[in-house]
Amino acid sequence: MATRTGSNPKDLAFEKASAVFAFAVLALTVLLFAVLLRESMPALRKFGVRFLVSGTWDPVADQYGALPFIYGTLLSSFLAILIAVPLSVGAAIFINEFAPQWLKKPVSFLAELLAAIPSVIYGLWGIFVLVPILRDYLMKPVAKYLGWIPLFKGPVYGPSVLAAGWLLSIMIVPFILSVSREVMATVPQRQKEAVLSLGGTRWEMIRIVIGQHCIPGIFGATVLGLGRALGETMAVTMVIGNRPEVFLSLFQQGYSMAAVIANEFAEAGGLQLSSLILIGLLLFLVTLVVNLAAKWILTKMVARASRGI
Amino acid sequence: MRRGFGVLAAIVLSFAATSPAAAADPLMVNGAGATFPYPLYSKWFFEYSNANPGVKFNYQSIGSGGGIKQITAGTVDFGATDAPMTEEEMKALKGPILHIPTAIGAVVLVYNLDKVEGGLKLTPDVLAGIYLGKITRWNDPKIAELNKNITMPNADIVVAHRSDGSGTTDIFTNYLAAVSIEWRAKVGRGKSVKWPVGLGGKGNEGVSGVVKQTPGAVGYVELAYARQNKMKIASLRNREGNYVVPTLEATSAAAAGVAKSMPDDFRVSLVDAPGGDAWPISGLTWLLVYKEQKDAAKGKALVQFLKWALSDGQKMEAALDYAALPKPVAEKVDKALRQITSGGKSLY
Repeated sequence: MATRTGSNPKDLAFEKASAVFAFAVLALTVLLFAVLLRESMPALRKFGVRFLVSGTWDPVADQYGALPFIYGTLLSSFLAILIAVPLSVGAAIFINEFAPQWLKKPVSFLAELLAAIPSVIYGLWGIFVLVPILRDYLMKPVAKYLGWIPLFKGPVYGPSVLAAGWLLSIMIVPFILSVSREVMATVPQRQKEAVLSLGGTRWEMIRIVIGQHCIPGIFGATVLGLGRALGETMAVTMVIGNRPEVFLSLFQQGYSMAAVIANEFAEAGGLQLSSLILIGLLLFLVTLVVNLAAKWILTKMVARASRGI
Repeated sequence: MRRGFGVLAAIVLSFAATSPAAAADPLMVNGAGATFPYPLYSKWFFEYSNANPGVKFNYQSIGSGGGIKQITAGTVDFGATDAPMTEEEMKALKGPILHIPTAIGAVVLVYNLDKVEGGLKLTPDVLAGIYLGKITRWNDPKIAELNKNITMPNADIVVAHRSDGSGTTDIFTNYLAAVSIEWRAKVGRGKSVKWPVGLGGKGNEGVSGVVKQTPGAVGYVELAYARQNKMKIASLRNREGNYVVPTLEATSAAAAGVAKSMPDDFRVSLVDAPGGDAWPISGLTWLLVYKEQKDAAKGKALVQFLKWALSDGQKMEAALDYAALPKPVAEKVDKALRQITSGGKSLY
């Protein structure tokens, strides 16, 4: 914007055109929200706030509540983050700092390739490979010895919130990994060398450098992954067990917001359809809230990090 | 109008058309609805169009609910559904509609028990008990009593059901509601219901995925799906007291059982049907056609196709694992086609 371009009509035209595109995106979001709101009005009027706290989903009696779906979506997504962040950050550190040159390219290429696999393939792999492995080698032993902890209570069937979280974590690793790597690569070489030359070990170098520079970036990467996990539909539907209940155990079957829409939308009508659209609206809002909260935390972090230097 | 559809046909079939002239004129008949009969309908449309090059069909298998919505809105020439339209749905229609049965589907019980080779027997009571969550172990005395020749394993029963809204679920829950008072009171029937227990799988493939992957699982899928995937299928006691293995013949027998009492609008349920050989969890699938056709040429083509489907078409059902309509039923349906008119004139 250094040169105000009133004089050149072509520049002016370009400026206006790009403004139109920018507002088109905005208008699209507003329109999306408006349509979701309009279509969900019957359910909103009938159930009101009760929709958020009710755990009943009964198409025969025409009673609907979103709590189990919100709970399942948040629980499986946070589980995914819990597994994916250490994995991705660890892998990013290895690739950037330790891996020999010949290994860097293939490892990062393969990890990023994970992002290109369609989610239905993840779902199938989940059903036939991941779920049986988790069931036999993780859930069953844990439920046997630690079953007295409500979090690990049986019975163990396989498809569960844990399986969904685990599958999601694999799906979001490439996003967190590649952003984390970019962030780590922005650390000035001189700073790393400075730590080493002061007698720091490699571990100290990584800890100090990442602590100082990269936490906000890694947090941003995590939010990116979380966004993807919240909205993931097909893969989750295939392994979560599709049971609309609120429960404590990670081995229980759950349901997610996106999954119930995918499952029931085609054959729904009347109040059920309206309730499904209301769930869509809620998913929209949940994603919005999570992203806004993340933005806010990120600003705080960046402010603190820049003060620290 | 015809030209309009010619252009549409040219767009839809542009990959098949060698020149614009070749695709200029076939009459395009559009339909949408149930996924269950889709393989059969595709075969029918293909064979019929081969014999009658003047007519082409375009069918979108978007689900029974979608089919009803589209025929109500008048965006298609015919709809298709696995569950008959309710009175409430029929009020929204643009005019009187005809339910035309085309085939019979069966819902069967598949299970995963390593040590059991096959031949598991169930009764309506036991089945309802399992799906209500009251019978939870395979060696429950109620199951063991029916299967004295099998050593029932001491294992949890893992119940699998459809998670998506589906005509298959409608037939299955309709059956449970018919045989169990408790099911009728607690759960009811519908394309999706509030399941007392169990894991949900999306589609036939989802349910069979759960059953195949989970030892001790039991689930319900369409007969064709269970046969093509070589799954273990349980037999069930019907209302005459016979244990029936679900086959195409047993499914047709369910329709034969109600042939005499078939209502004139064909909106009949086949669950728990009379007849010694009848498989009790069966259901018709219907095409939905308005009695008064706006476009006479299209209406005529549709009626001709339906006549063919009820005669020659029925012979193609078995090869695709669908149960054909019993002859008296097919004849009665054929007669009903005379009610389809355009401008007051019969198109039969």
